[in-house]
Amino acid sequence: MDIGTIDQIIDNHQSEAGSLIQVLLEIQSQNNWLPKEALTRVSERLKVPMSRIRHITTFYKTFSLVPKGRHEVHVCMGTACHVRGAERVLDTVREVTGVGPGETDPELNFSVETVNCLGCCALGPVMVVDGEYHGNVETAETAEVLKKCTCSSE
Amino acid sequence: MSDIILQIDGKEVAAKPGMTVFEAAQSAGIAIPTLCHHEKLAPYGACRICTVEADAGGRTSFVAACLYPAEKGLVVRTRTEQVNRMRKVLLEQMLSHAPDSEDLLELAGEYGADPHRFEKEPSFCILCGLCVRYCAEVKQKHAVSFFDRGAKREINFIPEIAVKECWDCKECFPLCPTSALQAAYVLTESLLTPPEEPSSCGGCSSRG
Ligand code: SF4
Ligand code: FES
Ligand code: FES
Repeated sequence: MDIGTIDQIIDNHQSEAGSLIQVLLEIQSQNNWLPKEALTRVSERLKVPMSRIRHITTFYKTFSLVPKGRHEVHVCMGTACHVRGAERVLDTVREVTGVGPGETDPELNFSVETVNCLGCCALGPVMVVDGEYHGNVETAETAEVLKKCTCSSE
Repeated sequence: MSDIILQIDGKEVAAKPGMTVFEAAQSAGIAIPTLCHHEKLAPYGACRICTVEADAGGRTSFVAACLYPAEKGLVVRTRTEQVNRMRKVLLEQMLSHAPDSEDLLELAGEYGADPHRFEKEPSFCILCGLCVRYCAEVKQKHAVSFFDRGAKREINFIPEIAVKECWDCKECFPLCPTSALQAAYVLTESLLTPPEEPSSCGGCSSRG
């Protein structure tokens, strides 16, 4: 992500310190993660101390300070999904993507996270891939959804 | 502006508007223990050791004296059985994180807290925020900050700032009720000083 794009985002928010979280969210969504250079730039332009930016970016789970994969996979481990076989879903995800919760594969294809209830327990076990909900997922379906991702990105 | 009259431990106390219960008590010579309070810093309310019992508006509640504003007619009790018990448990919890803290051990003696009640989880920091707030509010250097959240919350130095500012300052060290701060600084420092380069390696060149 180049400095110009970051500056553009900051300009859209009139370089206001109060827009810090909005600015960070936009960088995160365009770039998938927050590189250090981006944070330094934001700190300079919004006049917010780096310590505060670090505090905020490590507090909210939305922000990532390490590179993230192109596809985000969230597997629900909430109680309802758990009893309906979330563990099996996670195993399949691990098998297909090669990474477990909190990890990203070296080709930056997938980042896997677990969540505790997505608020749609009736659909359990639930897996969300790039914002799309997949309810009642069976092993075969889980694998299929993920494989589709790798195909489309190549 | 006229003084606010409130009652602390049965004593009439006059306070200036804007004063907290802690400040009012202090001015009347009534001691309330504090850990995260510092007169130069904005009230923070992290440690809750200053909890007192207060009757206001017909209700009794437990409030943090360092945050709660002195109000007209407020009735405060600083050492009831329940207050003592709360402080005791708070101390026991904090001691599981910072078992060697002298400040905590001293208070523990006073409140009969058992330092070994909870399993030790030595993070050495009780997250009082004195260091973070002092650096930000008084020194305005923002060299040290909180990271992460919940059980993983911790303090850390921002290396780029620490390398420039901390060596000549270190004013936050004596504020820390445990020794966590110093340890964190020593660690940061050691990470910032690159290990001494061996003057000549010879490894590769000798192999041609
Ligand atoms: S390091 Fe010390 S001063 Fe800083 S938050 Fe922890 S206990 Fe408080
Ligand atoms: S437990 Fe998975 S959606 Fe509620
Ligand atoms: S001194 Fe009041 S909460 Fe810490």
